[in-house]
Amino acid sequence: MTETSGIVMNSVSYSIGGRTILRNFDLQLMPGVNRTILGVSGVGKTTILKLILGLIRPDSGTISIDGTAISSLSESQLTLARKHIAIVFQGGALFDSMTVGENVGYRLIEEGLLPADKIEAIVKEKLGFVGLEKTIDLYPAELSGGMKKRVAIARALAADPRYIFFDEPTTGLDPIGVYNIQQLMLRLQEQGKTTLMVTHDMPTAFAVSDRFSFIHNAELVFDGVKDALESSEIPAVREFFAPGRSSLFTYIEEQVEV
Amino acid sequence: MPARYIEKQTLLFFSELQIIAALALKAIARIFSKPFYYREFVTQLDKIGVGSLFICSLTGLFTGMVMALQAIIQLKPFASTSYVGGMVAVTMIKELGPVLSSLMVAGRVGSAITAELGTMVVTEQVDAMRVEGTDIVKRLVTSRLKAMLIAMPLLAVVTDTVAILGGYIIASGYSISPLMYWKSLPQFMKLQDLGEALAKPVFFGFLIAMISCHVGLRVSGGAEGVGVAVKRTVVFASIFILVSDFFITKLFIAFR
Repeated sequence: MTETSGIVMNSVSYSIGGRTILRNFDLQLMPGVNRTILGVSGVGKTTILKLILGLIRPDSGTISIDGTAISSLSESQLTLARKHIAIVFQGGALFDSMTVGENVGYRLIEEGLLPADKIEAIVKEKLGFVGLEKTIDLYPAELSGGMKKRVAIARALAADPRYIFFDEPTTGLDPIGVYNIQQLMLRLQEQGKTTLMVTHDMPTAFAVSDRFSFIHNAELVFDGVKDALESSEIPAVREFFAPGRSSLFTYIEEQVEV
Repeated sequence: MPARYIEKQTLLFFSELQIIAALALKAIARIFSKPFYYREFVTQLDKIGVGSLFICSLTGLFTGMVMALQAIIQLKPFASTSYVGGMVAVTMIKELGPVLSSLMVAGRVGSAITAELGTMVVTEQVDAMRVEGTDIVKRLVTSRLKAMLIAMPLLAVVTDTVAILGGYIIASGYSISPLMYWKSLPQFMKLQDLGEALAKPVFFGFLIAMISCHVGLRVSGGAEGVGVAVKRTVVFASIFILVSDFFITKLFIAFR
């Protein structure tokens, strides 16, 4: 690894409609160190993923991917910077008008560098990895929620990225679905992929992550390992793990403000 | 207070117009560059062109029939019913054909484009495409624009043709000789009028494609946002078609 490997957010601020989502936010995702971003719903966790992917631009601060600062890149330059990143969106974000096979092979078809038979072989291999080879000719509407997420993982894998982002990958899944996703994430990590997940599903976070970031009130209030997180004395973190009466009122006040 | 409100709305309108113009420039610049997304283009051509054939034919048929009916009643006292065909033709080809078929397409296809793109935005499919390295303008906007630019003038021609046939049906019912009807068709027309008849639907198609794509790609607020966006597309596209029709007609008259 070079000195500039990894994804670095440095003092990033972002606001929308007069509401500050992130204030002087720092994050480091080093290759091989899997991280989870925690925080209550609506705190801006997904925004962090979108900022790193260049889907939205920060108001200030810098974001770099493997040494390339992306904040001022054009859309075509961003495409190159994103080459080593894939994302599994919360709802899967599969393309409705395409079959599962076309969804999985989408990036390879777009790049146009490989012949069709090679792309088909890769698609089958990736679908096999998530245990859904037989769905290749189905449309997303014919799949269950859990299957959609697994197809989204297969799609993320197709271009062999270094980093894979997961946006609430276990939301809405039954315990078996959650277990399947956890196992898939662990297998990806064994293959050398670095994962960055945003979630509030603590069992999954603890199962697949080495480090944790906690956001509260648009700021990073914790960055560390599991033991430090569990023993943290930071009030927001404590409330997150053991919500009580006071946290209910805080939550209601925040909702009213929003 | 009203002055400030008008100022704010005017600024908002022009900023929106500026964004649509920028999107249009990007979409046009990508028409002849690879990849061409043939499948997307053919799908859109089918949805816009073939899918709108029936509604445009129906519009043309009844408009032509009512035009002929009105013309016969007005011309009968002057014993000039031989001009019915010409009147139907000139009105339909120069004005009503392009405008009515465009309004139908704005309602049927423009709304569908906005709903489709809006849903893609809301379900993060557009973000997913961007992450996968797709040029969103080229894939989603240019393919629809190209299909619209080809389908719209053809639909206008179909509307005009069916309208003239509809006029003929009514004229036959009023004992007007078929020969007189068909011979009178080119009576009030010049060759330039055919150019106008094709230029208008091309421009209206451009407006529908750009407005529907722009509004669809800027949807926010979930399912409710998609509904609001669809309404905006139909209203804006219809207004822009009617307003621009006046100015295009003025332009053609100036260069006559």
